Amino acid sequence: MYQVGIDIGSSAAKAAVISEGEVIKTILLDTGFSSRKVADTIYATLEAEGITKENAKYVATGYGRISVPYADDVITEITCHGKGSYFLFGENGTIIDIGGQDTKGISLKNGRVMKFIMNDKCSAGTGKFLEVMTNRLGLTPQELSALARKGKEITISSMCTVFAESEVISLIGKETPREDIAFGVIESVVNKVVSLLAQVPNDQYFLTGGLCEDIYIVERLAKALNAPVKTTPLARFAGAIGAAIAC
Amino acid sequence: METLALPKSFDEFVDARKAGFLKVKEYVENGGHLVGMFCSYTPLELFDAAGVSVVGLCGTSNEPIADAEKVLPKNLCPLIKSSYGFAYTEKCPYTYFCDFIVGETTCDGKKKMFELLNDIKETYVLHLPQSQKRDYAKEIWYQEIKLLKEYMEERYGIEITDEKLREAARKRNELRKTQMELYALQGAVPPAMKATEVMSTLAQGMFNFGVDAQHASYKAKVDAAKEALAGGAKPVDEKAKRILLTGCPSTGVIQKVGMTIENNGGVIVCLDDCGGERTQKMLVDENADDILRAISDRYLEIHCSVMTTNEGRIANTREMCQKYKVDGVVEMVLQACHTFNVESTLMQNMCDDEGIPYMKLETDYSTTDSGQIETRLAAFIEML
Repeated sequence: MYQVGIDIGSSAAKAAVISEGEVIKTILLDTGFSSRKVADTIYATLEAEGITKENAKYVATGYGRISVPYADDVITEITCHGKGSYFLFGENGTIIDIGGQDTKGISLKNGRVMKFIMNDKCSAGTGKFLEVMTNRLGLTPQELSALARKGKEITISSMCTVFAESEVISLIGKETPREDIAFGVIESVVNKVVSLLAQVPNDQYFLTGGLCEDIYIVERLAKALNAPVKTTPLARFAGAIGAAIAC
Repeated sequence: METLALPKSFDEFVDARKAGFLKVKEYVENGGHLVGMFCSYTPLELFDAAGVSVVGLCGTSNEPIADAEKVLPKNLCPLIKSSYGFAYTEKCPYTYFCDFIVGETTCDGKKKMFELLNDIKETYVLHLPQSQKRDYAKEIWYQEIKLLKEYMEERYGIEITDEKLREAARKRNELRKTQMELYALQGAVPPAMKATEVMSTLAQGMFNFGVDAQHASYKAKVDAAKEALAGGAKPVDEKAKRILLTGCPSTGVIQKVGMTIENNGGVIVCLDDCGGERTQKMLVDENADDILRAISDRYLEIHCSVMTTNEGRIANTREMCQKYKVDGVVEMVLQACHTFNVESTLMQNMCDDEGIPYMKLETDYSTTDSGQIETRLAAFIEML
């Protein structure tokens, strides 16, 4: 029996298949306009490999979790990130999930979620903030981090994505070097995330979500938190893996 | 019979609202008197004794808020904006047809809003002490209640006798006992009904003319629940996590918070806002020599976050958590409600102390954050 976890986030849709306790397959797609459509694409992709309703259980999570008609169960991404992170890291700590539209801090003890915190309606400190700024600077996320490493310290003081974008535009207007702006953009996200995490402090942290392969951000987070931040490429799929475990 | 004018935009109203206006208009045209109020500190017995219907005007809908923001600041509690907005837009028949409104100096937002509300509809403001602690606090409140009594006697050309007050206290106590029965049924193991049903019953009950009609509507709900229970009905899943909902008045978020809890594996077993057990379990001493003082004393005992200090509220919630075998506490703070928001730290400390998971939600009456609220509540319930 396969266990399939499907995590439909605001910008990316992830799927993970577990068989006999191992993650045997992952899928990553843009969520696009329709959660339903991307859910169907995931089903068809797995079906082509012989994973179907006949031999698999499905659990859906993420903002699009209610748009997965074939799901046997629906669980929130907070519980799923908890289960998935415990599977990946196997230790106590606080999960940092920087998602497309929200950022979460989830405190984990013996594999159980003890407490969690989410940003409010505002997109400060989320993937959306980074997306808007990389677009404004004409960069890819990888280029942003590479440049930021070379940048000098500047502060982007607006927390609000919309105001921060106009702050960046005025920095561009003043011919501030792009690497300095890149540095300021990433520090802004790191600071906002760290202030959110003050409510779920821990000895160590695990970064999940789309930024888990960005070494520069992991370094900056560890420095600001003054604690180790662990991650792995599979952590992008932590929510989907957690959903699969919950099958 | 005097004929009353309808609001200017009456013709544009939907049918249900039109019907509401015509019902209240008829009541007033036939000699009925109506007073609007906002708060559990309002001494209801006074109005009952004067033969005046008293109706809760707390705004619970997002609808008039945009209009209210033409006058009031945006960054203000939605309950205050909604209450003012209904008066401003002439969309609430009770606000529109009432003789006057009684308010209290509870929070800053409300007491300053009352100054503006008074331009639309006469608003009489009772001056509430800042706490129950000072020796003379009870005397201040007694004098305020007495002043309101004298005001009403003069306004309506009547005498509010001790006998009438005593009779009113007796009836209100009976109503409170029925309300307590409703809470007990809702908090039973497993609950005899969903809290959202109770919330709706209480909210609708407020719009009855007179204490008898209000009592009858609550009694009907109690009887129906008991009958269903006797018939073997189990309206709530036994595995549902038992939630205590505390914080600001929750009628405006029955859908967004109440239904969401109850649709995601939880059930609210204790409504711990100002309309709940914390307030309703306090009865007036019907046999007191000085009945007016017994009434004023009872109301001042209410534990609201506007009081400093306010340990009684936290102590009561601790008791409710044990009494109702609560799995988790959700505190709902309406945006810009500073008193409940600041006091939430004390509530959280108490929950930590008791080992009961706690979550605070800050929200308003809009639907902009429904998705996030649902994720948070569902995750909280999964965590329990």
